[in-house]
Amino acid sequence: MLMRHSLIRESKQIMKNYRTKIISNQEISPGYFRMKVLAPGFGENAHPGQFVMFRVQRSLPPLLRRPFGIFRTGFLPADCDGLPPVEFVEIVYKVVGSGTSIMAELHQGDRVELLGPLGNGFDCTSRQGEKILVGGGIGLVPLYMLAGELIENGCSVRLLMGGRSRDDIFAVTEFERLGVETYISTDDGTLGEEGLVTQVLERKLQKYPAAEVYSCGPMAMLNAVHNICLEHNTPLQVSLEESMACGVGACLGCVVKGAGHTEEKPSYLCSCKVGPVFKSQYLDWSALAQNNSDCGGCA
Amino acid sequence: MSELIDKALKRPNLAVEIAGIKLRNPVMPASGTFGYGEEYAPFLDLEKIGAIVTKGLSLKPKAGNPTPRIAETTSGMLNAIGLQNVGIDAFVQHKMPFLRTVNTPVIANFFGNTLEEYGEVAKRLNDIPEIAAVELNISCPNVKQGGIVFGTDPKAASEVVTLVRKYLQKPLIVKLTPNVTDITVVARAVEEAGADAIACINTLTGMSVDIHTRKPRIANCTGGLSGPAIRPVAVRMVHQVVQTVSVPVIGIGGIVTPMDALEFLIVGARAIQVGTANFVDPTAMLTIIDGIEQFCIDEGIDDIHQLIGSLKF
Ligand SMILES: Cc1cc2nc3c(=O)[nH]c(=O)nc-3n(C[C@H](O)[C@H](O)[C@H](O)COP(=O)(O)OP(=O)(O)OC[C@H]3O[C@@H](n4cnc5c(N)ncnc54)[C@H](O)[C@@H]3O)c2cc1C
Ligand SMILES: Cc1cc2nc3c(=O)[nH]c(=O)nc-3n(C[C@H](O)[C@H](O)[C@H](O)COP(=O)(O)O)c2cc1C
Ligand code: FES
Repeated sequence: MLMRHSLIRESKQIMKNYRTKIISNQEISPGYFRMKVLAPGFGENAHPGQFVMFRVQRSLPPLLRRPFGIFRTGFLPADCDGLPPVEFVEIVYKVVGSGTSIMAELHQGDRVELLGPLGNGFDCTSRQGEKILVGGGIGLVPLYMLAGELIENGCSVRLLMGGRSRDDIFAVTEFERLGVETYISTDDGTLGEEGLVTQVLERKLQKYPAAEVYSCGPMAMLNAVHNICLEHNTPLQVSLEESMACGVGACLGCVVKGAGHTEEKPSYLCSCKVGPVFKSQYLDWSALAQNNSDCGGCA
Repeated sequence: MSELIDKALKRPNLAVEIAGIKLRNPVMPASGTFGYGEEYAPFLDLEKIGAIVTKGLSLKPKAGNPTPRIAETTSGMLNAIGLQNVGIDAFVQHKMPFLRTVNTPVIANFFGNTLEEYGEVAKRLNDIPEIAAVELNISCPNVKQGGIVFGTDPKAASEVVTLVRKYLQKPLIVKLTPNVTDITVVARAVEEAGADAIACINTLTGMSVDIHTRKPRIANCTGGLSGPAIRPVAVRMVHQVVQTVSVPVIGIGGIVTPMDALEFLIVGARAIQVGTANFVDPTAMLTIIDGIEQFCIDEGIDDIHQLIGSLKF
């Protein structure tokens, strides 16, 4: 609790429950969907790395809302004169279970609810320098807004995109349009370099030793990224995906162990409130890696 | 004719009294699902609900259980948070200033690790003028000394209530566990020991297994089941307790819609608490209040007391 103040950056937190409608919901790659949802006023309060709690349907089940990173926010062009442009928030999701399967069946005009923007996103106040973004699969989602903001700040941004196969790589041209240099690697070599994204990171850090790293993806990847950054003495921010019930700091179900956690002096950080983005030095990585080996292999 | 319209437009009285505190309506959050109030302030007007119930407080801050702590199950969720809380000092220093600004009664939920600690926290809470009532948790299934030992044994329950009563001038609500063979035995014991009201139920002990890893889905192995899945059990237990004691009963368990809340009121709950539903819809309590009011209007009821305990056999 003591660390909380130093961890949360000052930002106006304006969160809302949007009872709203789907603008579009399209499959962009096998198992991956992009969904645009009407959300007036959302964009001005949203920071890179924040998330929403999405209510899949009015009826139960599934009972709890599902957390999703904000891919981007924007305005649809007005389709006839005189009408104001409509603001949307866009998420990208992978179908992994009951909730996301229902989402995949939703159509334009269907009613949904989302709570947001939530959590503490990336610290991207830095005005210059080399930034390396490392995204694995669905972990690419929060990096899009981040890349946009870093580039606007005058940073040079390299994005290392990793996945099991080509199906896990999306939005490449959109990232490139922002002015990001992209490097793709896949485990099976079906797109880009064959191998792990962390190999690419090793090479880039040799070339740009002063870079800062931002990462989101499966825990095994984050853990490897953390170890590499530790070795190179590179500052790292990671976005975690803990199971959540409330998303607003009320249930204390989403905590992760903080650095220096012991049985006698426990430190649990609320990942929906203090996170989902953490500076890596504040986390207990041995505990995170341990929890990962407990997980059924979520990506 | 105009008289009829007048009557139709007249808003029914929803105000109730629990253990001497007046609530503008019978709807409040369940402890542990609403933080310390502030977390939900962006989403609903806290001055529209009947009361605010805090996360369970203890003498010293408590770190809680290892993770994962939650898992969704069919129409419910398991949790083993382990009563993580900021402790009474930090509560007074960091949480009370906000709560003081809200014109809604605050009910402080608390627990102790030992009998002495229950007494100590009761003493401390008694000294905070803005706390309207306290809710004594003798029912958490997730920590070894989190109260369940007191909540499952009528003698131990009576002992802890008697002790707390000694230090407390404020109204005392005692929250019971459903993890007993006969809840009426414990209900009678705490009433006799001086409880001003009884809240029930806390979560039902449950377990869920990840079939791929073959490990329990929460680190604590077992957890407390809450949400719509437990509602019929909760309604039954509230009914039994209402039939047994004469102090007011607060009904809790799986309430999501106004209809759910009405079931509890009809079996005789004087007020109700909304838990897991806050996660599903942060405005759930407002919908429930509006729905109860509409139901009264539709049924020609002008005071909620006509509804409370109106169960027909
Ligand atoms: C802050 C945050 C941001 C996220 N952003 C995105 C995003 O942008 N796009 C996206 O597709 N997903 C994202 N996730 C993960 C997403 O919330 C889960 O995939 C989703 O809740 C699964 O719901 P389900 O009902 O389909 O699966 P369930 O039936 O609940 O579970 C099916 C499988 O998914 C796994 N799973 C469940 N919850 C999570 C979780 N929180 N994280 C990882 N695996 C999980 C389970 O272990 C299980 O193996 C994010 C999670 C968090 C906490
Ligand atoms: C995440 C979570 C945390 C809880 N924490 C507490 C607590 O600190 N003290 C307590 O008396 N009950 C606690 N409870 C129990 C609830 O107050 C309530 O009795 C129970 O969840 C049943 O109601 P519901 O089905 O509406 O959720 C908790 C429940 C949940 C889901
Ligand atoms: S999800 Fe409830 S506290 Fe973070």
